[in-house]
Amino acid sequence: MIETRGLRKSYRSRAGRETKTVDAVRGVDLDVAAGEIFGFLGPNGAGKTTTLRMLATLIEPDGGEAAVAGADLRKDPAEVRRRIGYVAQGGSTWDESSAREELVLQARLYGIGKADAHRRAERALEAFQLVEYADRKCKTYSGGQRRRVEIALGIIHEPKIVFLDEPTTGLDPQSRAHMWDEIRRLRTEGMTVFITTHYLDEADALCDRIAIMDHGEVVAEGTPAELKREISGEVVIVGLDAPSTPRAAELLDTEAYVSKLETVDEGGLRLYVDEGATAIPQVLRRLDHAGLDLRSIELHRPSLDDVFLTKTGRSLRES
Amino acid sequence: MKLARDTWLIFQRQTQLLLRNPVWIFVGVFQPVMYLLLFAPLLKPALNAPTQAAAYKIFVPGLLVLLAIFGGLFQGFGLIAELRAGVIERSRVTPVSRLALLLGRSLRDVVSLIAQAIIITLLALAFDLRVFIGYLLLAYLMLALIALMTSAVSYGIALKVKSEDALAPLMNTVAQPVLLLSGILLPLTFAPGWLQGVAKWNPFSWAVEGTRALFNGDLGNDRVWQGLGIIAVLAAAGVFWAARQFARSVR
Ligand SMILES: Nc1ncnc2c1ncn2[C@@H]1O[C@H](COP(=O)(O)OP(=O)(O)OP(=O)(O)O)[C@@H](O)[C@H]1O
Ligand SMILES: [Mg+2]
Repeated sequence: MIETRGLRKSYRSRAGRETKTVDAVRGVDLDVAAGEIFGFLGPNGAGKTTTLRMLATLIEPDGGEAAVAGADLRKDPAEVRRRIGYVAQGGSTWDESSAREELVLQARLYGIGKADAHRRAERALEAFQLVEYADRKCKTYSGGQRRRVEIALGIIHEPKIVFLDEPTTGLDPQSRAHMWDEIRRLRTEGMTVFITTHYLDEADALCDRIAIMDHGEVVAEGTPAELKREISGEVVIVGLDAPSTPRAAELLDTEAYVSKLETVDEGGLRLYVDEGATAIPQVLRRLDHAGLDLRSIELHRPSLDDVFLTKTGRSLRES
Repeated sequence: MKLARDTWLIFQRQTQLLLRNPVWIFVGVFQPVMYLLLFAPLLKPALNAPTQAAAYKIFVPGLLVLLAIFGGLFQGFGLIAELRAGVIERSRVTPVSRLALLLGRSLRDVVSLIAQAIIITLLALAFDLRVFIGYLLLAYLMLALIALMTSAVSYGIALKVKSEDALAPLMNTVAQPVLLLSGILLPLTFAPGWLQGVAKWNPFSWAVEGTRALFNGDLGNDRVWQGLGIIAVLAAAGVFWAARQFARSVR
């Protein structure tokens, strides 16, 4: 559905007298299949929005090529526009218009006739639970209501693909869960959904496949489960006094189920194992036999943050 | 066909929003009426006009051209607000014609200017101004072309500078010499030779003279077709340039 090769974009920005070049996106290759929810996960400034804006024909790439919904991005941007929907990160509704007016206009801009546009608007208002506020000015909506209007605007013409730039940023947990349901519903209707997010749980729970982006590059791509499996199984964190740590390390390093062992600075060990649930009893027994005092034991299943950490050397939570 | 349809959609939407804001309508009518009531009475003695009606024949066309220029030039501010709200970006991902995005807006400005002009003309009739209707319509055509040009240019510049802080001083800087060198408030017949020479390079001074000739019932005056011609060419160029800004503008 989306295929990009070597997509690039740099910005020139002027700071005082110097002109600096920011390589916002440096060679992105993506393959998004029809009917999936594809997630773009990355910290602020990773280049997610820039990539989306290129795919939505809003900015021209400096290099590379892409096919979006079967149309060539460079040769036929007009056709791409007809086939996609795009919901910007920063909002797109006008304060003085109502949701219904915006929806009808949007449908009409896609060439849909008047009566049909009104029908579609009505349907969208119902689907996104907006009927109650449909004829109020957008400036009176809450953040979540407004976000729902914007998403409804992006799909009013039933595109093959919809790009949603951070659809849930700024929503409370309940609205977020609702939004996830809406997005899943779009998938059921056969739409391909491309979202960006910097929420790990969102990428994990909502997306069929994700690409992790950092500094303008895709550093990993796959299903959340694949990505997590790729990195080192699970981690058992053993809390020990500093003095007994070396002895414990010596004992456990030779165990077959420990694939890698790290010493924690303040005392304690990190054991990389295939399956934590079966490793823990063995660790307990071994240390007990040796008469070593165990303070705590903890099982850590890898999260997407660990994937991010292994790929970039930074934690997404910190950046 | 698609262009006409898209233009109509944008025009409709923009007009609807304008009508929803009664403050704008009030200001749009109130200001020129004040000029008419409070400034025009000074003119008969100042211009040495034989009658009040004669003074109005000189002043009203100038006032209308002034409104067309300023009304157009300051439309860019509204666009910057739309830019900031993301409305323009939203339109730009749809297949809507880029030219329609501009024309729909500029035509709204033209229509509201003509509405203003009609109100002022009617008021001036009350002060004994008399103009033949055919000439008046030609004068309105001139005004429409001026408004089309200035609003298109204003939108184009707004898309380029993207901020009110830059647009305001820019527009004032452009508007001031244009205003002073066009003989809008007082005819340039009073001006020294060098000033008249400079004013020749100001297309609006041709437009003003043409409009005055029309109000004077002087259709044979060369300034009429010259003014219309110059402004029509400039309006076409302005629309072309501004539509390209809509096609390429980022963020
Ligand atoms: N118009 C611009 N001019 C100059 N630099 C820009 C411009 N737009 C984006 N950038 C830079 O390009 C880089 C990527 O920005 P982008 O908006 O794509 O990031 P993002 O992944 O969407 O981040 P966020 O999660 O904060 O939305 C950033 O370093 C940003 O400062
Ligand atoms: Mg972004």
